[in-house]
Amino acid sequence: MKHRLLFTGKKFFRMALLLLGVSLAAFLLMSASPLDPLQTNVGQAALGTMSQEQIARLEEYWGVNEPPLRRYLGWLGDVIRGDLGVSLLYRQPVTQVIGQRLQNSLWLMAAAWVLSGLLGLTLGVLAGARRGRAVDKLIRGWCLLLSSTPAFWLALVLLMIFAVWLKVLPSGLAVPIGVDAASVTLGDRLYHAVLPALTLSMTGMPGIALHTREKMIDVLESDYVLFARARGESNRSILLRHGLRNVALPAITLQFAVISEIFGGSVLVEQVFSYPGLGQAAVTAGLGGDLPLLLGITVVSAAIVFSGNLIADLLYGVVDPKIRRGAARA
Amino acid sequence: MQPVLEVRDLSISFTQYQGGTRRRVLPVIRRLSLTVTAGEVVAVVGSSGSGKSLLAHGILGILPYNSQMEGELIYQGQPLTPQRAARLRGREIALVPQGVTYLDPLMQVGPQLRRGRRDAGARAESRAVLERYGLGRETEERYPFELSGGMARRVLIASAALQAPKLLIADEPTPGLDARAAGRILGHFRELAQEGAGVLLITHDLELALTIAHRVAVFYAGETVEEAFAADFPAGRLRHPYTQALWNALPGNGFTPISGTQPGPGEEGPGCPFAPRCPRRAADCAGDIPLIEAAGGRVRCLHPEGGKTP
Repeated sequence: MKHRLLFTGKKFFRMALLLLGVSLAAFLLMSASPLDPLQTNVGQAALGTMSQEQIARLEEYWGVNEPPLRRYLGWLGDVIRGDLGVSLLYRQPVTQVIGQRLQNSLWLMAAAWVLSGLLGLTLGVLAGARRGRAVDKLIRGWCLLLSSTPAFWLALVLLMIFAVWLKVLPSGLAVPIGVDAASVTLGDRLYHAVLPALTLSMTGMPGIALHTREKMIDVLESDYVLFARARGESNRSILLRHGLRNVALPAITLQFAVISEIFGGSVLVEQVFSYPGLGQAAVTAGLGGDLPLLLGITVVSAAIVFSGNLIADLLYGVVDPKIRRGAARA
Repeated sequence: MQPVLEVRDLSISFTQYQGGTRRRVLPVIRRLSLTVTAGEVVAVVGSSGSGKSLLAHGILGILPYNSQMEGELIYQGQPLTPQRAARLRGREIALVPQGVTYLDPLMQVGPQLRRGRRDAGARAESRAVLERYGLGRETEERYPFELSGGMARRVLIASAALQAPKLLIADEPTPGLDARAAGRILGHFRELAQEGAGVLLITHDLELALTIAHRVAVFYAGETVEEAFAADFPAGRLRHPYTQALWNALPGNGFTPISGTQPGPGEEGPGCPFAPRCPRRAADCAGDIPLIEAAGGRVRCLHPEGGKTP
């Protein structure tokens, strides 16, 4: 138990360092950006009609003339005190904006995450067990094709097929247009999330499937499977009793590692489907010079991805007898 | 008495692709013959890389997909077809593999022994067989990585003994064990033979094999070169020059090495594969060499030991 606590403590220390590094990197990139927040958000024409005094007020609002170091340290000081600041574009606290957006995105990402994991594992096990057969070639070909397809392009193709030609799914947004927010049903939300979730799951699935396939082949060529066969176990029993058991550990790692890919993919996919999620907010914040919001989104995303990997590490301790028993005896 | 297992002129070869396109067939075992009767320990002795494990896999019908097997396998008087082998393995025919890597690393010993059965009878059986080999109840809950080398071997033997096999194939069951532990493990095989099983012991260690085997089949470059009684070795009644060289190479018998190396699969030319290293070779050794009866055993040599020097 002490061991487990120490392990978790170290991980959290590392997470703090990581978040610091990620926020600094995002900040530096933002300061190096040639975009002038005033021109982007107010517009050249409007700026021309404003008085010097008004412009000075706007410059102060957007923090244009403040030295970068002081801006970053100021932001960091607030964050340590638990205040993520106020979004310059939405004029709402950053936590509130992220909370809303995350709620939309979480649906999408959770669905994509579960779907890519289930689909990837199933296809990987199937392909590995039937190596060299037609099923394997089909699955492998499909996975390679998908993993070499950019997510936004796939999104566009699916959009064309299902929304434009077949007209069975909506072309964008998270809820129907012209409907009162209170009367939006869960069905409406799911209906609008189908295409983005599907696209998003396709970005994570091939990696999981191909890795699982490799592991499955390793397992089936192992000494212990040979011995199981020598002891008269059927192919079915070998696959269920030994195959799945030994594929489970790498599957856990893959399942949690794919979170980062899904986060990355969501930025593009939400853009294509005009889906008001975290990814879209990140793009808006980045292009609009909304520093508090962008840093907030960056830190929250990094924390979620890191937590995913942390959960995978902790699950290993529960699932892998070598770690579980080894730690118990140490 | 009818032998439990008869192997006649068994060949096992692999299909390989060279440079991706050129197909070639690599013979690993050629013309292997031996018999095992009930209650007897027959050792198959050959150096590493001579394809000994494939013999075990061939009998059990678990060769890899890119291999072909020819020749005759007769089990209890009936041909041992792949279908029959699939039915018999894990029941009448048992394998004792080399070491702990043959146990599923993520499954406890008990469930592995019981092969998916969960009833009380299966539990009692697995507990009894572990006890027979000096392994306590707690062994059932252990994972393979928690077993010592000797314990792992005993678990593997227990898994075979659990089936009460008529034919037991032990594939190099002792590497990595000190002489005393190896002796104890081999003693278990002798015990199973006394209970009526035919035991086929595949090993590279002639000295160890002679401590428990009744008969020894010597394997060279994929061929049986001699079938001898264990007693023939110390008595100097050996037939094949290679067997004699193997015996002479033992630390207790002069430690005399011979020059040259065993040809690998596909490297042997026509005729006797041992001829290039043989002190007794003659011009006719380049032709076909049949397995002939000699002094109660069998030998694949035209000029066996004890005959006239050519």
